[in-house]
Amino acid sequence: MTLFKERGVVLRSYRLGEADRIVVFLTESHGKVRAVAKGVRRTTSKFGARLEPMSHVLMLLWAGRGDLDIVKQVEIVDHFPVLRGDLGRLTRGLSLIEVAEQMAQERHSDPRLYSMLVGALRVLDDTTRDPAMVAPSFFLKALVLDGAEPVLDGCASCGLSGDHVKLVAFSLPDGGALCSNCRRGRPLSAPALELMRRILGGTLGNVLSGPAPVGTEEVTLLTTEAVESHLERRLRSVRSATGI
Amino acid sequence: MYTGSLRSLIDELGRLPGIGPKSAQRIAFYLLKVPDEDALRLSAAIEAVKEHTTLCERCYNVAEGGELCAYCGDERREAGIVCVVEDPRDIVAVERTRQFHGRYHVLQGALNPLEGIGPEQLRVAELLSRVKAEGIHEVILCTNPNLEGEATAMYVAQLLQPVGVRVTRIASGLPVGGDLEYADELTLGRALEGRRDVER
Ligand SMILES: [Zn+2]
Ligand SMILES: [Zn+2]
Repeated sequence: MTLFKERGVVLRSYRLGEADRIVVFLTESHGKVRAVAKGVRRTTSKFGARLEPMSHVLMLLWAGRGDLDIVKQVEIVDHFPVLRGDLGRLTRGLSLIEVAEQMAQERHSDPRLYSMLVGALRVLDDTTRDPAMVAPSFFLKALVLDGAEPVLDGCASCGLSGDHVKLVAFSLPDGGALCSNCRRGRPLSAPALELMRRILGGTLGNVLSGPAPVGTEEVTLLTTEAVESHLERRLRSVRSATGI
Repeated sequence: MYTGSLRSLIDELGRLPGIGPKSAQRIAFYLLKVPDEDALRLSAAIEAVKEHTTLCERCYNVAEGGELCAYCGDERREAGIVCVVEDPRDIVAVERTRQFHGRYHVLQGALNPLEGIGPEQLRVAELLSRVKAEGIHEVILCTNPNLEGEATAMYVAQLLQPVGVRVTRIASGLPVGGDLEYADELTLGRALEGRRDVER
């Protein structure tokens, strides 16, 4: 048994026995980690609310022989009080958690996914920032990270590009944006295309700083469907009636 | 390994919450060993509870032998104030305080977006129509102080806002008898938010 320190975001937890929980973390250096938090469901637990989903924590873990570690100590890095106190922000936060959990691999380090998740949750926790573009931006960046970057600078099907080629449709299974000859999937407006280009083109900070830009709703729908087709499952947090 | 009736008993026990295959086997062999009348008392109790217990037509608490539960049927309970809980077991916890004398509403769960549990799976619409029909003036949101419970409370509060009823949320904070230095940020922050004047 070894003791190690690790930063992580609580993705979810499952009840175990009378008072324990199995907590699933996305950690900075070990990918997805499952660990047992003993007694966490008791009101007198020393963990308190630190292991609630979405908490960003620094913890001390016992690595056991099996695939379950044991949580020894937890300190809060971010507990995101604003995000937890607003249903719209909370639901968006949960959709990031859901996608991160699907994409992360157990015990497989992915520091970029981890820092993207922490960054996105911090934006959602900031009252001065509009939350609308956080989830679609995260979805798009997560697709890139997972090797499914959509083609946006030309037609994903016939390869035509340049100013004279109008990209009018979007379908991730077909590779991304599509010209009028190859159109399939969803119609794509010029502002939505532009917005997706800005997210992936290095001006994400810009996208997230002002009020929700034109095309936000469309990009939300397109990126949600793209992530769903990539993961081959529906995003429950988005599709439930309180979703985005 | 096991066949026939023993196998199916182990299987059924293994379906119960918190019972793994090993425990199921242990309980099955225990039941096999105890006198017949002891084992049959258990099966009779299960049968009786399934036969006589229904959900209260008003609040969805468990009700025994009637359309209304014990609280809804009690004339002395205040009708204008309703405590909203996730589960009938939470009613037992609230009753133990002896500080609440109104009625209840059991949502039969909490919102859990990650599990795809939305408001349509809960008794939320029923709460809304109760508030309108029963002249309720205060709704106390008594869902669990965890992510699902908080999300549920926020959702119900939003839904009730246009109705104009007073909506309150139980305070969350430090466990009585605990030490401040061990309190986590979220709990202590909530406790600060919910602070009150000290009577002098
Ligand atoms: Zn084309
Ligand atoms: Zn009742």
